[in-house]
Amino acid sequence: MNQYDAIVVGAGHNGLTNGAYLAKAGLKVAVLERNPYIGGATVSRELHKGWYYSNCSYVSSLLRPEITRDLELPRHGLQVVPFGGGATFMRNGDHFGSYSDHDRHYREIARHSKRDANAYDRYAADTSLQTKLIRPYLMRTPPDPTSLKPRDLRDLMEFAQSFMSLGEEKLLDTIKFWTASVGDYLNEYFETDVIKAHMAGSGIIGTALGVYSPGTAYVLLHHYMGDVDGNVGAWGFARGGMGAIASALSKSFLSFGGEIICDANVDEIIVKNGKAVGVALKDGTEYRAPIVVSNLDPKRTFLDITNSKDLPADVVKKAQNFKIRGSSGKLNIALDGLPVFNGLDPRNRLMAGDLHFSDSLERQERAYDDWKAGTWSKDPYLDMMIPSLTDPTMAPPGKHMMSVFVQYAPPKVEGREWTDEDKDGFEKSVIDQISNYSPNFRDLILHCETRTPREIEAEVGLTEGNIFMGELTFDQLLFNRPFPGYAQYRSPIKGMYMCSSGTHPGGGVMAAPGANAAREILRDLKRPNTVPGGYADD
Amino acid sequence: MTDYDAVVIGAGHNGLICATYLAKAKHKVLVLEARGVVGGCASTREFVEGYSVSDCAQWLSQFDSGVMADMKLKEMGLSLSAPKATISLQPDADHLIIDGDKVSGAGVDTDDAAAYRNFRQMMQRFAKVLKTLYHGRPPKLVEKNWTDRITLMKLGLGLKLLGKGHMQDLMRLALINIYDVMNEYFNHSAIKSAVAIDAVTGTNMGPRSPNTVYSYLHRVTGEYLSGSGTTQVMGGMGALGDALAASATAAGVEIKLGASVKSITKIEDKVSGIELADGTQISSKIVVSSADPTTTFKTLLGYHQMEAGTAKRVELYRNRSGTAKLHLALNGLPSFEGLSADQLSQRLLVVPPLDDMETALNPMKYRDISEHHLFDISIPSVEDSSLAPAGHHVLTALVHYVPYEPSQGWDEAKPALLARLIDQLSAYSPDLESMIVASELVTPSDFERSHGMTGGNWHHGELSIDQALMMRPFPGSTQYATPVDGLYLCGAGAHPGGGLMGLSGRNAANEIIKRGALS
Repeated sequence: MNQYDAIVVGAGHNGLTNGAYLAKAGLKVAVLERNPYIGGATVSRELHKGWYYSNCSYVSSLLRPEITRDLELPRHGLQVVPFGGGATFMRNGDHFGSYSDHDRHYREIARHSKRDANAYDRYAADTSLQTKLIRPYLMRTPPDPTSLKPRDLRDLMEFAQSFMSLGEEKLLDTIKFWTASVGDYLNEYFETDVIKAHMAGSGIIGTALGVYSPGTAYVLLHHYMGDVDGNVGAWGFARGGMGAIASALSKSFLSFGGEIICDANVDEIIVKNGKAVGVALKDGTEYRAPIVVSNLDPKRTFLDITNSKDLPADVVKKAQNFKIRGSSGKLNIALDGLPVFNGLDPRNRLMAGDLHFSDSLERQERAYDDWKAGTWSKDPYLDMMIPSLTDPTMAPPGKHMMSVFVQYAPPKVEGREWTDEDKDGFEKSVIDQISNYSPNFRDLILHCETRTPREIEAEVGLTEGNIFMGELTFDQLLFNRPFPGYAQYRSPIKGMYMCSSGTHPGGGVMAAPGANAAREILRDLKRPNTVPGGYADD
Repeated sequence: MTDYDAVVIGAGHNGLICATYLAKAKHKVLVLEARGVVGGCASTREFVEGYSVSDCAQWLSQFDSGVMADMKLKEMGLSLSAPKATISLQPDADHLIIDGDKVSGAGVDTDDAAAYRNFRQMMQRFAKVLKTLYHGRPPKLVEKNWTDRITLMKLGLGLKLLGKGHMQDLMRLALINIYDVMNEYFNHSAIKSAVAIDAVTGTNMGPRSPNTVYSYLHRVTGEYLSGSGTTQVMGGMGALGDALAASATAAGVEIKLGASVKSITKIEDKVSGIELADGTQISSKIVVSSADPTTTFKTLLGYHQMEAGTAKRVELYRNRSGTAKLHLALNGLPSFEGLSADQLSQRLLVVPPLDDMETALNPMKYRDISEHHLFDISIPSVEDSSLAPAGHHVLTALVHYVPYEPSQGWDEAKPALLARLIDQLSAYSPDLESMIVASELVTPSDFERSHGMTGGNWHHGELSIDQALMMRPFPGSTQYATPVDGLYLCGAGAHPGGGLMGLSGRNAANEIIKRGALS
C-alpha cells in the first residue's frame, strides 16, 4: 500500500521545498512528478549535445537565503555566481551599460544624461526602501484582513505598524509605488529614453501588462527584492543551470528521508467525507495520505485535479476567474561561438549580463499593444543572456549557449491555438531583432529551441505558460493570492493545501510559498515548526 | 487689515460653493474669474450664432444632494430634466437600454438583467462605504488626530459591515481593471462596453488599465451621493453656474469676472493675497484656489515660492486626458435607426466591444489619431428649445480617445478628425451629415486654453488611486491646506475630486472654518 503522511503534487522548487520541511519534521513524504525529470520550471536540460540549458527560469536572485542556509543547499551542490550588469543596445549603434560598480555606473549614465546620473542614487534609495518593506513578509503567511482571529488581528496590526512607522508622506509614497506604472515611476526620476527602457524591463517580465499599466512598478520590485549572498537586488547564475537548485533541494529532501516518484501523473485528489485522503494517478495507481499538497497553479489545482463536487461553488468560480496570462516565450540557442554586438567590445563584462534591445518605453508599450491584439510582439522586449560566459559548464569549450526571454507572446494567437507557422513567425521576430544588432549572430546558431506559451504549458504544466503562476497584480497579491479568503495555503478541503507560486509571495524561483505552506501544515498537525522565519537581514 | 478674508481663484462650481460656505460663516469673500462668465466647466456657450451648448460637462449626475440643498439651487432657478436612460447604440439598431438598474434590448436575457442588477447593487454597497470618505476631509493615516481617526474607524466599520464576501470583493476589485471585472460579471458584450465607458471617461486609460474599477466606483459614489440620476440642466450647464453664482451673491460673495489672476503673492512665509494681470493687488487673509494644482502651484505661486519637495510633487502630478468634445449645429432633428424621436433626448452611447475600446486607446499613447472612437452623445435641444432656433438642434458628444496634441499638430489633424467623427456617427444616423450647419471639435489642448485646466483634464488631475482620496492631489497638500501658509485648494484637484460634484468646494470651506484660518 502506498501510504504516506503527506503527498506533494509536483516536483518543482516549491514542491521540493515543501516536501523537505515536512520530511524534516519527521513526516513520511512523497513528491509526485508528472515528468520523468524533476524541477518543474527550475531545470537544466541537455537539448543539444554538449549544451545544457536552463530552459525555463534562467537566473537566480529570489531564492530565499533563509531556505538556502536552512536546507544546506550549498552542501548539496548549489553555487550561485552573481553576474554584474547588463546593457541595452540602441538603434543608433550606441548602448547603455548597467555596471555593478557604482562609480562606473554613474559615469555611464552621465554619458547619456548628467541629470539622470544625479537622479540615480535617489531612485536606488527610494526603490530599496520598498524592498526593505516587503522582504520581511516574504517568509510569512499573509494575515486575513476580514478575519477576527487573534492571530490575524495581531499580524495585521504588526503589518500596519511597520507601514505607519514610515510617516505620512513616505507611507503615501509607498501606496503610490504599489499602484503606479513602471513608466510613471521611472519618469519621476529619469529623462533619457534608453535609461528608462533599460530599467522598465523588470516591470513587465512575465506579466501581461505594459510599461504604462498601473501596477507594474510592483512587478519591478518583485524583480529587485531578491539577493545573491546578501547583495539585495543582485542576480546570479546557478552553476550548472537552474536545475542545480532543484537538484540541491531534492538532495536535501532525500536526506530527510523523503521520496520522489517521477512519471507519476496525478489525475485526481481523492476526497472522502470532505477530507483529502490521497491522490489517484492517470494510470490508476493510488497513493494515500491525510495531507495532500498541490504545487500546481490554482487553476490546475482546483479545476483539473480536484473534483468540482468536492469544492464550494465560489472557489470554483474564483479559480476560473484567477488571472493567469501567458505573456512570455523563450528561445534557447546553442551557438558555435560568441556573437559580436555593435558598439560593445566582446571582452566587456557587460556581455555576461542581461542584454536588451528596446531602447524606449514606447517600443516596449507597442510590444504590449501587439499582445493585446492577440499576437506576438513584432518588436519584442528581450531579456537575453549568455550564461556560458559565466558558467563554462553549460557549453563545450569555445561554444556558447544563449537564453532569450521574450516579452510578449500571447497564450492564443488571435483567439486560436498556436500553430507551427506561428511559432516560426515568433522565432523569426526574435532572431531578426538580435541580428539587427549583431552581424554574425545568425551564422552562429547551431540549434534553437523555441518555446511559446503552448510549449511551456505542455512541458512544465504552467497554465498559459505564465511564469509566475498567476498575474502579480494587487488583486492577486498578499492576502488576495490566490484568492481572498484562501491566502493561508489551506484549500477549502480539509487536509488539502497549496504551495505553488500561485500563493503568497508569488512567482519566481523563491521557494518561500513551499516553505510557508509547510509551516501552516505543521501548525495544523500540531507538530513543531521546522521552517525558518524571515531573518529580517535588512 | 486686508481687503478680504478670503480670495477664491476661479468661479467654477467648486470655487463658488466654497466661497458661499465661507460667506455664510460671515467672512468677506471675493471670487475672481478670468473668463467673462461664471461656472467654469459648468457653463453654456453659443458656439455659433443661435446655437448654444454646455461647453464642457454635458450631464449632471454626481452633484451632491446636500450641497444642492444648502446652495438652494432650485430656488435660484436651476431646473433639471427627469433622469435619462442610457441607450447604447448597436450596429443592428437593436439598441441596449439601461434605465437605472434595469437593462433591456439588444437581446438581453433575464440572466444578463440579473447580472447587471447584482453588479450595480454591489457597486452601490461600495459607494455607501466611500460616502464616509467623500463627505469629509480625507484622513491622514499616521498623524494622531481624532478627526481623522474617527473617519478611519468609520471606514473600517463600514468595510466590516459589508460582510466578509463583499469586503473581499472590494479589496480585490478596487485596484484592478474594468475589463476583467466586466468579463467576470457579464456575458453580454454591449453591457460590458456600456459600463466600461463610464470607467474611462475623462481619463487616458483603456478598459484594460488597472485603476479603471476605481474610476468607475468614483462615478457610482457620486451618483449615490447625488441621487438625481443622469440629468440634463435646462438652459445648458451654464444654468448651474448661474444658479451657483446667484446663491453665492445672495450669501454676500463678491464675484469679479474678467479678472485674471497673475500671481499669488506672499509676504515672508505667508500668502498675502493676489495680483491681477492688470497689476491690481488684492490682499486677503487666505487665498483659496479652485484652479487645478499645477496651475495653482506652478503658474500662480511659482516654484521659487515653495519648498523643493513640493515643487517636485507638482511637477510629477499627472494631468493627462483623452477626452475631446464634439459640437454640431443641426438644421433639423437627425434620425437614428431604431430610436424613437422621444429616445433622442436620452443619453446615447457609441461604444465598441471591450477589445476594440482598448485598441482605440493605443494610438493616443503615441500622440497619434485613432481610427475608431467612443461617443457619449446628448441632443439637449430635444427637451430644451432655448438652445437652438426653432426646429433646429444641437448635438454634443464626449469623444474618446483624443490626444492632447498629436505629433503632426492640431492645425493639420483637426479637420480630418472632425470629418472622421461625423462619419462614424453617420453609421448610426444617415441623415446627420446633411443637417450640419456648423461643427466644432474641442480638443484637450483647447480645453486647457479655454478653461485653464492643465492637460485639458476635466478632473484637474488623473483620477487614479495614487492621486485620489488620501493622496489627492499629492502628499503634503491633502487636506485642502497646502505646505504654503494661507494657501488652500478647493477645486477638483482636491479630494474627492473630479466630476460636477461640489464636495471639494464644500469640504474645503468646512476645513478652512474648522482650522480657524479666518478668525
